[in-house]
Amino acid sequence: MFFRDQSEMLPERPAPITEVGVIGWLRINLFSSYGNAALTLVSLALLVLIIPPFVSWGLIDAQFSGDSGAACSGIGACWAWLDQRLGQFFYGFYPADAHWRVNVTALLLVPALLYVLVDNLPGAKFGRWFSYVYPLLAAYLLVGGFGLEVISTDKFGGFMLNMVVGLTGIVLSLPVGILLALGRQSRLPVIRLLSITFIEAVRGVPLITLLFVAIVLLQLFLPPEVSLDQLLRVIIMVTLFASAYMAEVVRGGLQAIPKGQIEGAQAVGLGYWQTMRLIVLPQALRISIPGIVNTFIGLFKDTTLVIIIGLFDLLGHARLLQTNPDWIGDVDHEAYLFSAAVFFVICFLMSRYSVSLEKQLSQDRH
Amino acid sequence: MSTATPESSNAPAAPLIQISNLNKWFGAFHVLRDINLSIASQERVVICGPSGSGKSTLIRCINRLEDHQEGSILVDGTQLTRNLKNIDLVRRDIGMVFQQFNLFPHLTVLENCTLGPIWVRHMPRQEAEETAKRLLDRVQILDQSTKYPGQLSGGQQQRAAIARALCMEPRVMLFDEPTSALDPEMIKEVLDVMTDLAESGMTMIIVSHEMGFAAQVADRMIFMDDGQIVEENTPDAFFNNPQSDRTKLFLSQILRH
Repeated sequence: MFFRDQSEMLPERPAPITEVGVIGWLRINLFSSYGNAALTLVSLALLVLIIPPFVSWGLIDAQFSGDSGAACSGIGACWAWLDQRLGQFFYGFYPADAHWRVNVTALLLVPALLYVLVDNLPGAKFGRWFSYVYPLLAAYLLVGGFGLEVISTDKFGGFMLNMVVGLTGIVLSLPVGILLALGRQSRLPVIRLLSITFIEAVRGVPLITLLFVAIVLLQLFLPPEVSLDQLLRVIIMVTLFASAYMAEVVRGGLQAIPKGQIEGAQAVGLGYWQTMRLIVLPQALRISIPGIVNTFIGLFKDTTLVIIIGLFDLLGHARLLQTNPDWIGDVDHEAYLFSAAVFFVICFLMSRYSVSLEKQLSQDRH
Repeated sequence: MSTATPESSNAPAAPLIQISNLNKWFGAFHVLRDINLSIASQERVVICGPSGSGKSTLIRCINRLEDHQEGSILVDGTQLTRNLKNIDLVRRDIGMVFQQFNLFPHLTVLENCTLGPIWVRHMPRQEAEETAKRLLDRVQILDQSTKYPGQLSGGQQQRAAIARALCMEPRVMLFDEPTSALDPEMIKEVLDVMTDLAESGMTMIIVSHEMGFAAQVADRMIFMDDGQIVEENTPDAFFNNPQSDRTKLFLSQILRH
């Protein structure tokens, strides 16, 4: 039979129980095949093996008070140092009577970030300006001058040092990286060659080497009366290092943009910079978001390398604690665990933001 | 003609586009060979020819999407050279419609249309939007103006691309195979818009294989093969009495299927 006349509509029926609800979800996600079911059971067993002992070590049997490692039993975790040392972990050797300046800077960071990262907030126009001015404000608050007591940057330390180096690096490495990526594709041979040389030279060298160069070698080439602030040198090196990686991430995005987009822009009469700014970069950066955030996260964790050149960041203070006679031998895991947790929170937030940004951007367009 | 002005009686108005002895190579490949072509204001020229004959390359030279090695191209008296200022001047006067539309996918249809006027012509946003809406209405997709190109059909996208080019108030419109990437049922809506544009007096240079459309709107037909202009004639003579064997062969192949 080749002809059919099914003019009567078939009634809609509910989906079978194996496809919807809790049972459906379990079936589809956890027990879709024998292999998947086996993995689910193994994972469950591992969780049961790991979590209860970890909780009883970290919380139930843990010691939360005491003046030294002697107060800790050794059965549970030793958190007694938190009381004494938490300040150092976050502020380093920044003078205690000026901790409020770090606190204010950190508090103001929240709106400064929000106005850049989230669209359609109330007062967005003023907020954007605040975000642009914030770096200067933060520098003023942290370093001082103009009425505030000047605090030398070698007093910076703890997690605040990680944030200062990391955030400055993040904010600067994106534009520098974009310029390098455009330079690498430039039609002008000099610019192209300079960009390629810079990118390949910086990517080919470990960050530690660059930091050593910044601290030790640079002074040999500079006249003795010129002394560049240590922290500034570190920030410059971290930024340059990250921007070389950023350039390659952005270049990947640039290459994904069809040539027709550039021709369309040229035909409308846009010049090179307008074409890049209005047409190519918005699309290229959107594609590059996962890679960009990946580089940001890498950069942020690399800030712990400042320990090599004698600056004590969060991890540096964890080590100081471990070698302190009062605590030696009692806090080996705890100090690292704490540092790891702090870093994880920040990096995880960045990662989630990137996911939500990608979702939001793809919703807008389709 | 009651009163002839001195200009029109003494010398004919200079052609809007004057191409002389144009030669272009892609590497070692001689893609355009000694092209001579002048196009008057309000003229409609349709260029056809087998693929690889250089017809797209020719019109892409007119707004300098491609550079040329020999010969000269004058657009409204402006010589096209490496001089960026001249290129900008010429591009302002020339609108282009591409085979693949080349709309900007991250901007709405309206934003696609206002981008050029705002950034190149420095038109106030409100004025640019009014112009864009008027032209989107003319190509009958005003109701789609807040959508993104990815949400439109091919025919709608191409009409949006035409509106985008018109927003710059060009003196010439270039069409590079505007219907070749469209599904058959959408070709007519785009050709209708182009016919309407032709009737309004726009100067148009069209690379197309739509021979019915060409016969209807063209003032002049140009047939290209192997990088040169083989035949040039009125549509009537071109279709009914082609002179060159290559034209005859091409027409028989394209009209038979």
